[in-house]
Amino acid sequence: MSATFLDTNELELNMGPQHPSTHGVLRVILKLDGEKVLGTECVIGHLHRGVEKIAEARTYQQFAPYVDRMDYISAVSNGLGYCLAVEKLLNVTATPRARAVRVILTELNRIASHLFWLGTHALDIGATTPLFYCLREREEVLKIFENYCGARLTTHAFRIGGLQYELYAGFEDQVRAFCGSFPGRVDEYEELLTHNRIWTSRLRGVGILNAEECKRFGVTGPVLRAAGVAWDLRKAQPYSGYEQYEFHVPTGEAGDTYDRYLVRVREMRESVRIIEQALAMLPSGPVMAKVPKVIKPAPGEVYVSIEAPKGELGYYVVSDGGKNPYRVRVRPPSFLNLQALDTMCRGALVADVVAIIGTIDMVMGEVDR
Amino acid sequence: MSEVPTAHTPKVHAHAPAEMAVETWESALTGRLAARFGGGISRFGSYLGQPFLEARADLTLDVLRFLRDEEAFDFLVDLTAVDRPGHAERFELVYILYSFASNERIRVKTRVGDGVAAPSVTGVYPAADWLEREVFDMFGIGFAGHPKLRRILLPDDWSGHPLRRETSILAMDQDWVRRNLGIESGQ
Repeated sequence: MSATFLDTNELELNMGPQHPSTHGVLRVILKLDGEKVLGTECVIGHLHRGVEKIAEARTYQQFAPYVDRMDYISAVSNGLGYCLAVEKLLNVTATPRARAVRVILTELNRIASHLFWLGTHALDIGATTPLFYCLREREEVLKIFENYCGARLTTHAFRIGGLQYELYAGFEDQVRAFCGSFPGRVDEYEELLTHNRIWTSRLRGVGILNAEECKRFGVTGPVLRAAGVAWDLRKAQPYSGYEQYEFHVPTGEAGDTYDRYLVRVREMRESVRIIEQALAMLPSGPVMAKVPKVIKPAPGEVYVSIEAPKGELGYYVVSDGGKNPYRVRVRPPSFLNLQALDTMCRGALVADVVAIIGTIDMVMGEVDR
Repeated sequence: MSEVPTAHTPKVHAHAPAEMAVETWESALTGRLAARFGGGISRFGSYLGQPFLEARADLTLDVLRFLRDEEAFDFLVDLTAVDRPGHAERFELVYILYSFASNERIRVKTRVGDGVAAPSVTGVYPAADWLEREVFDMFGIGFAGHPKLRRILLPDDWSGHPLRRETSILAMDQDWVRRNLGIESGQ
């Protein structure tokens, strides 16, 4: 008989919902064997506000500001997806100028979202400096949003049919200046992190999710691309004029946390390229298409999705011909990406769980809605 | 604040809502599906260029497995439901599928009545795990064969299913305040 006092016991450890590295109110129950993770279970819903239910009692326009409050780190993307879905249902297209401005603001928001992710992810791992650099640049983007529509986070930047506001004087200069300085700033972040030995040893080979697993769990966005799948809705099914712009879809190979870091960093550089092209060929003309004051789409249903910073963000909107949507279903990328957490964490160490939660880049407002 | 519209129950349509103007969807894929499932698929339609099919609920697993294995629709984009209380089978389940190979998206729709469990598709698409839990939570539709079917967004002791059309936000609020705080909500 072997000595039983040397056996380790399995331990259940509760992480969150109030935990700085769970990025909001996520509770993860860890099953541990010593430091090793045997399994995880997510408890979500702490931030549930019944967004889809609220839609039933709002008009199409009234519901638009609510979508900003799902992924509040990239409210502009949420608004774009919703506006495109209702426009599809109405069979209208935004004006060329509105489409280009939408691309500029959405890509700026992608940069802001990735910056916030990078800063907090690095902070979780123990690198304090990048947070301050990243938030410094994010602040420039938020100032542009504030100048444009008065809000920094929950922007409600777009309207069904186009934009409410024409661009302010100085917008183009401000965005151009940002695009001029930003790639150099990304170099700075990379200098701090990309070849940093602590950074690479904490990230390489951690939280691997291969392409096959991504597809099985409905995982999209940078997580899917880091697994080597060059799939981006801006390329696969272009919307809002993305087919006019030239950009790469960065991919990784290993599907680990480090590749996801590289993919997002490269995506920020690609976003700058898109913004510069959109600025260079910014059409003139009206910013609002002809849309009735009271929106009552013919009975029908559409599913429209966009490449949000976190992945495929879809809206399934059903109209019964009335002035309120009969049903609005949001397909949040974070919800499905988070579902793969258990697969990514099995066999990892407790400290890796923090890195893996960070690398998924989910926003609980969107998971819980 | 009495004019805030959430305070009112959304009107349940006494009459069935007007039908959408569906075009027929015909392609090589629909031909193969019709040959395989015959009358099990009652409609191939398309609205605003987005194709969908309506299948019998008991064929859900077979149709999805066929689409995944034979037609390369290997990605479950979303799974959700729509409540149409006027109908005999009030719930419409919507499976949105995507094929990386052909860059196509289609919707598979089935209907289930209140209190009838739909077959769980977690065995075909593991992504359906949380999605089916959310549909169960929000609509009260059961999924036979789901590994762990329980609420996901709402607390375990919540009563009712918010996305049923007759559920009112105000009534939910009043009920919660009464049960948990022991007072009247005043809303």
